Amino acid sequence: MGATAAGILFIGSLILVLAAVHVPLGDHMYRTFTSTRHWRAERLIYRIVGVDPDAEQVWSVYARSVLAFSAVSVLALYGLQRLQSHLMLSLGFGGVEPDIAWNTAISFVTNTNWQAYSGESAMGHLAQMAGLAVQNFVSAAVGIAVAMAFVRGLARRRTGELGNFWVDLTRAVTRVLLPIAAVAAIALVAGGAIQNFADPHTVGTLTGGEQTITGGPVASQEAIKELGTNGGGFYNANSAHPFENPTSWTNWIEILLILLIPFSLPRTFGRMVGDRRQGGAIVAVMAALALISVVALNAAQLAHHGTVPESVTAASEGTEARFGISNSATFAAATTLTSTGAVDSFHDSYTSLGGAVTMLNMMVGEVAPGGVGSGLYGMLILAIITVFAAGLMVGRTPEYLGKRIGAREIKLASMYFLVTPMIVLVGTGIAMAFETPRESMLNSGPHGLSEVLYAFTSAANNNGSAFGGLTAATTFYDVALGLAMAFGRFLPIVLALALAGSLARQTPVPVSAGTLPTHRPQFVGMVAGVTLILVALTFFPALALGPLAEGIH
Amino acid sequence: MNVLPGWLRRHVAALRALLVFTAVLGVLYPLAVTAVAQVPGLKDRADGSYVSSGGRQVGSDLVGQSFTGEDGNPLRQYFQSRPSAAGDGYDPTATSASNLGPEDIVDEGGEQSLLSMVCTRSKQVGQLEGVDGSRPYCAESGAGAVLSVLGPRDASGAVVRPTRVISVNEPCPAVPFLAEYRGVQVECAAPGQDPRAGKIVPVRGSAPADPAVPADAVTASGSGLDPHISVAYADLQAGRVAEARGVPAGTVRKLVEDATTGRALGFMGQPVVNVLQLNIALDKAAPYRG
Repeated sequence: MGATAAGILFIGSLILVLAAVHVPLGDHMYRTFTSTRHWRAERLIYRIVGVDPDAEQVWSVYARSVLAFSAVSVLALYGLQRLQSHLMLSLGFGGVEPDIAWNTAISFVTNTNWQAYSGESAMGHLAQMAGLAVQNFVSAAVGIAVAMAFVRGLARRRTGELGNFWVDLTRAVTRVLLPIAAVAAIALVAGGAIQNFADPHTVGTLTGGEQTITGGPVASQEAIKELGTNGGGFYNANSAHPFENPTSWTNWIEILLILLIPFSLPRTFGRMVGDRRQGGAIVAVMAALALISVVALNAAQLAHHGTVPESVTAASEGTEARFGISNSATFAAATTLTSTGAVDSFHDSYTSLGGAVTMLNMMVGEVAPGGVGSGLYGMLILAIITVFAAGLMVGRTPEYLGKRIGAREIKLASMYFLVTPMIVLVGTGIAMAFETPRESMLNSGPHGLSEVLYAFTSAANNNGSAFGGLTAATTFYDVALGLAMAFGRFLPIVLALALAGSLARQTPVPVSAGTLPTHRPQFVGMVAGVTLILVALTFFPALALGPLAEGIH
Repeated sequence: MNVLPGWLRRHVAALRALLVFTAVLGVLYPLAVTAVAQVPGLKDRADGSYVSSGGRQVGSDLVGQSFTGEDGNPLRQYFQSRPSAAGDGYDPTATSASNLGPEDIVDEGGEQSLLSMVCTRSKQVGQLEGVDGSRPYCAESGAGAVLSVLGPRDASGAVVRPTRVISVNEPCPAVPFLAEYRGVQVECAAPGQDPRAGKIVPVRGSAPADPAVPADAVTASGSGLDPHISVAYADLQAGRVAEARGVPAGTVRKLVEDATTGRALGFMGQPVVNVLQLNIALDKAAPYRG
């Protein structure tokens, strides 16, 4: 079989499995988040936490609970990193530097997993498993919880209540993330991913040199890193490292894990609003945008334009031989489309246009299909903006799922959309305006700008991948990107919950002849169009100065 | 509890929730996965897929190694791994890619550009294996073939009439790869010159479109620990290794086949050769008597 045919089959098999699995998993999540019964283990957790699982929360209380849990998580993770040298399993590493510890704490709590640290030279096993991996689970669970609260806002009528954050958080962990991650972790071990608590172990190599082989509970962390669309690697080399991603088939599994929950949640949404076709329309928008991106990225990488790739005769710099160029490009598309940010190849060395596609994927706002939970509420807000735009054209008050999109709703939705571009463009502007942040660029010219633009895009959209050439472990970037991640995560969450609260209070208007149907291909096309136009208008000038200037001679 | 204000109660609940989740997800879960990974068949992999040669542990099946002598030059009796950007090469405590971009073609501040690295490696591999190491955009010297063209520019930035042309990656007293460019004599790069004062022009040259040295032999991997090389790169090295060990080429080719993994399920990834496995098998089947 030729390399191209194999690459197409690789993508096709992922699509087939996702098409088959998203229905039962979506239904499972529907049952999970609508069931009134608690597991015994869950009751125990609620008792320890000290909350009544049957009490509901209005949007502001839900939002405060999210913020309280995240604030406590940031402090605890910061403390754990700073104090690791006094705890067990530190491998002799000292406390992590304050600015890196702050950046990393924010990074993992916001589901970004930007890596200012280098795993193998800074983090002991305890900080990895009891700090970083725990946030891999719970930051993903927070995303799912907020998405469920948002959907309840659309589904419910004449109530202020959106559910109970602690229940949603717990169930996302116990009934969704933990079972899948455990199975996936064992599969990864079978492929060769390591799972031990060994210290670094030095061996004499075949030629008489020395090599230090690292240990660690890698597989258990790798599984949730992908499943929770987190992306922070146990090692600096992330999923390119053979101990994280040892074979071509573990690579396939990891891509599947990345896409699994984001593509299943629209089904959950459809069930919760009582109309599966609505979920079908949302997943269709996500799938269409994702497919375009996967094909474009594969095409750009295989065409290998650019001086170095043309000299090499392939875009193989920064890719692993066992994966090959096409599967690496597919991973890169999946990771940037979902706010994951794990990498099995290094985007900084991608062709100019390939690198532009990875950036564009994030700029779309991580909605196609986006991070776990955040992708769904992001896409639903774009759907609301779409019905508003359509309503403007015919001069009619827009509605979505029977809920009127009035002044308050559209203000919240617009603010939601504007948060990340603001952070990305202002942040990049500030960085480029000063001498010190500019010195962090490894590459010069347009590619240097791309490195900085990529960093802020990645942070504000909570992706976490990087054009790794940028020396980001400086006080400026640690602080600036930490703020970008925090604002890029929590401002949209608060706005989305406020919007959900406002929608939940309404009495739905009956469907009439003038209602725009939101489950037909026409609407799918409109949402995709609105998304692309908004993103293009916002980011085209910045892209023109970076990757496009580099790629077009 | 109820005497506490609401905001404080919420943060106490958050702290308790985090502690519960840390116990379950941060301790029990990794321990449980580790426990399952102790079953025979999984344990070796969970421990790091260590491999031995001659009764001695020599590394991991999954982690590549350098097969160079103390002087850093490739050992002729061993198959060579890909270039590595991890520390000084294949250092698992400093995994890394080069992160150099597709248009990184000008050597600056004593650092080789990615293009020059590719060209140098291609030339060296070509010499080692006795094939033509030339590639597009590479000078014969092993530097990237890149000119800085100075002179008045038009509105689009193109140089209308060159006044000086410098081969930026060939420091003086090198003889530039090109004698003349658009009627102007090409100079070597004098120290202290700013190569970006002129327009940067890479020169394709006359190298074949399909170079004899494969792509993976001249590019670094993402992890810097890539344990594999392409089948093409292994085939290229087989003759030299057989000669160094004084065995028929067929013997070595057979071992290459044994160390080759095809695509998983026929369509995942690329066919690759595990270099450490291959070299261990070589030492066993055809010991080097150098």
